[in-house]
Amino acid sequence: MGEIIQEEKQKGGKRRPKKHSTHIDMTPMVDLMCLLITFFMLTTAFSKSKVMEIILPEKIDDPNIERPVIQDSRTINVILGPENKIFWYPGRVKDSNNPPALKETDYSAEGIRVLLLERNKLLSKKVISFKEQMVKENPTMSRDSLLANIKRFKKADDSGPIVLIKAYKESRYANIVDIIDEMDICSVVRYAIVDINYVEEKMVQTAMAGSTTTPK
Amino acid sequence: MTPMVDLFSVVLTFLMLTTTMRQPEPAPIDTPFSVSDKTAPDANIMTLLLSEDNRVFYNIDNGSDTSFHFKGKILTEMGTRYNITFTPEEVKQFEAYPSSFGMPIQNMKSFLNTKDAKEREALQVKGIPIDSTDNQLALWVLVTRLVNPKVQACIKGDNDAPYPLVKKVLDIMQDKKVNRFNLITNLEATKVMLTEE
Repeated sequence: MGEIIQEEKQKGGKRRPKKHSTHIDMTPMVDLMCLLITFFMLTTAFSKSKVMEIILPEKIDDPNIERPVIQDSRTINVILGPENKIFWYPGRVKDSNNPPALKETDYSAEGIRVLLLERNKLLSKKVISFKEQMVKENPTMSRDSLLANIKRFKKADDSGPIVLIKAYKESRYANIVDIIDEMDICSVVRYAIVDINYVEEKMVQTAMAGSTTTPK
Repeated sequence: MTPMVDLFSVVLTFLMLTTTMRQPEPAPIDTPFSVSDKTAPDANIMTLLLSEDNRVFYNIDNGSDTSFHFKGKILTEMGTRYNITFTPEEVKQFEAYPSSFGMPIQNMKSFLNTKDAKEREALQVKGIPIDSTDNQLALWVLVTRLVNPKVQACIKGDNDAPYPLVKKVLDIMQDKKVNRFNLITNLEATKVMLTEE
């Protein structure tokens, strides 16, 4: 700065008022703003976490209350095994010495979903076609009334499967969430998380032993 | 340049106002995926964290405290049940603590009085006791529901949290007559295919 003033003095005797530029250098500010924006963008939890609601049946401690009876023909027992395997069998174990064979499947779209959709065809078709129809004809319908309508379908259904979800001790939390999710996808109305019993644990163990010896 | 700066200012202000900071959890939790698109509630919730290594953590209203001061009341009530008196400073500390916690109530005092992250971590190696002899989780749930009857239960479990732990926690909740749960998940888009014959 000093040099410039000196130069001016040397140049001529006239003193001019110094011209100040009205422009401020904004580059540092922009830099800072860029940084802040990046910071906020990365730290914000934009997508709020989603929840899946489950309502478990109340525990019945009173032995006098009669438990609901379920039909064997509609029952599917789904056992969540170790190593992300699912074992299932229809109906119930009639003779504990000679238990029914377990069928093995998995959590993929070709696994348990095919089975559930097959069993629950009537209702899931109804729900899906209703959704499609609403998208075409009445796209402004509110989400709540859509859900209420679907709920009505579900309530009226009396032919779909009753799925008993039983988790083997080596299964993981993700397995439970996955299977409940499948119920939701296949619009299965009646499902419950039940304790696994001794016979079924044995069945899983033999099935696991069988599956390790026989190569896929 | 000026329009750009204007735009930046707007974006920055927007982000600053809308942001809710992600709070670090005391244990890494990797939530499973689901197709559910219901968003998690903001207030009146109690969250149970189930970690992969069998620990349970607890959180009230995502750490934030409202003008009702539920968190402070809950802590004082818990204190009276275990004959621990918390000073007003400690209650304030607890109200300001933004994340989940998981330690026996006996460790709570030293937890609130230390600022050191390592020390805090050391106090939380066990999580909240859930044994039948000293079921502190059940008491936390009970006290929370006494203080705030509108509270909803959320469960945030790690993918690899073992099933027996999940079962135990669900049983504890059901014993306290909580039958409705929100399982916190990530959204995953799946298409349902109906096979035609």
